Amino acid sequence: MSLLEITDLTVGFDTEDGTVHAVKGVSFGVERGEILALCGESGCGKSVTAMAVPRLLPSATTRLSGSIKLDGRELTVLPEAEMRRIRGKEVAVVFQEPMTSLNPSFTVGYQITEVLRRHERLSARAARARAVELLELVGIPAPHRRVGEYPHQLSGGMCQRVMIAIAVACSPQLLIADEPTTALDVTIQAGVLDVFRDLRDRLGTAIILITHDLGVVADIADRAVVMYAGRAVEQAPVEELFARPRHPYSLGLMRALPAAAVVGPDGRRRLTEIPGMVPSPLSDPQECAFHPRCPSAQADCTASRPPLERHGDAHLAACFHPGGHP
Amino acid sequence: MAEKTHPPEPIVRWNSGRADRRRRLWRRFRRRPMPMIGLTLVVAFLVLAVFGPLVSGDPSAQDYLATLMPPSIDHPLGTDDLGRDAFARVASGARTSLQAGVLSTLLAMAVGIPIGLAAGFYRRWLDSIVMRLVDVTLAFPFLVFAVGLAAILGPSLRGVVLALSFAQLPAVIRITRGEVLAIREMDYVSAAIADGATDGHILFRYILPNSAGPLIVQATVAIPTAIIGEATLSFLGLGVQPPTPSWGVMLSDAQQYLDQAPWLAIWPGLLIALATLGFNLLGDGLRDVLDPRSGP
Repeated sequence: MSLLEITDLTVGFDTEDGTVHAVKGVSFGVERGEILALCGESGCGKSVTAMAVPRLLPSATTRLSGSIKLDGRELTVLPEAEMRRIRGKEVAVVFQEPMTSLNPSFTVGYQITEVLRRHERLSARAARARAVELLELVGIPAPHRRVGEYPHQLSGGMCQRVMIAIAVACSPQLLIADEPTTALDVTIQAGVLDVFRDLRDRLGTAIILITHDLGVVADIADRAVVMYAGRAVEQAPVEELFARPRHPYSLGLMRALPAAAVVGPDGRRRLTEIPGMVPSPLSDPQECAFHPRCPSAQADCTASRPPLERHGDAHLAACFHPGGHP
Repeated sequence: MAEKTHPPEPIVRWNSGRADRRRRLWRRFRRRPMPMIGLTLVVAFLVLAVFGPLVSGDPSAQDYLATLMPPSIDHPLGTDDLGRDAFARVASGARTSLQAGVLSTLLAMAVGIPIGLAAGFYRRWLDSIVMRLVDVTLAFPFLVFAVGLAAILGPSLRGVVLALSFAQLPAVIRITRGEVLAIREMDYVSAAIADGATDGHILFRYILPNSAGPLIVQATVAIPTAIIGEATLSFLGLGVQPPTPSWGVMLSDAQQYLDQAPWLAIWPGLLIALATLGFNLLGDGLRDVLDPRSGP
């Protein structure tokens, strides 16, 4: 049994213009100790999918259907009080903005001990000792000194390491990282990614990494789910995905990477962009949502929506005309 | 990362003191002249209220052989129409003012902050009801509201304190609620929810500490308003009753003797002005220092 099993997840938000569906029937699993990348453009539904797991979407306006099973337990129907015991203890989240995600009124050490005392019922003394260990675990130098500092005294990269320390304080089975390196300097990003890799190796934590950066995916993920307009359009192990992308959208994303820049007619290296825009989430016709931007679109692409089909071992793609690899 | 490279250090008690933050704020505060003048005036007012009555003698002792005396060695601020020492009365009046100003503000904060927190955090019908009531009461000018309440509650120090705190309540609720609405959207609150924090924890560990700045400023601005309120109510006869000394009562009594003993009106008037000026300057200074958007 997979650690996390998401089946036919659909998430809509009530707005003045009716219900907007951000996620439409997404299914995938996460194995223990696996790093799964959820990738796609802004607004493709990757964050909404991930935040539905610990139920962090605004409850008043969210319409959710489908199943989310953690370790066999159905999370979508759990009472809020039980969900609260799962958040931070079994499923932890690291957000995108490290500088604003820490409480400015308390020291970082206090904020780590707070989670430990809430979920692990540690004594104040034991929690403090553990906080120092955790800061050391996420690679913060001089943790004995840093525990007593306030968030404003730390750099962005340091804050993100503290956020990770808080997230892994109770050894969660699943860590959700929402664009954890996007707000950081490129030079700091690699270090933070190393922390995630190290945590997986040492603690066996499964990680869902939400990112739009395929460089990050190639660097750290075991498997990737590519999302477009609220649907999973391709999922595969990372080596397989980069070697044999089947969906034209995945291929387009890879061609848009700086490393894949091609030499143009003027002799300068140019990035290949995907033409067009993401479709509006308000309309959802029975057709491939990517066809207006797709180089290999044909007549049948607008006749019906391509289902997610198996293209070799553990490789799924939703396309009638998948990439020209054997 | 696996190897410890630093020498073992003793575990420090880091979450006890917030001393360096306070030191930084104090450095920022000290550089500004006007808030320092305000602080000096407030401290002088507190010293007068606390220690003045201890050294001045009985403010009610009458001396019919020395009525309406100008300032002298025996009576540094002169005497009133019943021969009572003006300094003793001014010092005791400071105590009355301090009680009315501080107690009514503390009471308004103690009641208004929880109401504002609950309204801003839980929204829905609670917020609607509370805020409509606040809007209605804010439509009355502060003093009109206070005068009305004092008339109902009866003339006494207790009545004045209750009337003034009730008159302050809507403003406290509104400011607290506004802070909650702003801070509940912060990333660190989302992060706390994601860590499994309870509502109470989020309210008292995340929202309240981070809205302390505006609330402290509100309190320092509310105290002088309440001091003037007490003086006004007492001046009108709705507040503290003779023989308890109050600056408002002294002003009221001094009206009859303006031509013979103008100092009797000058002392309480000057003190009301200086005490309220002090609190207002202090409040402005605190606002500058506690507002993270103002400079270093």
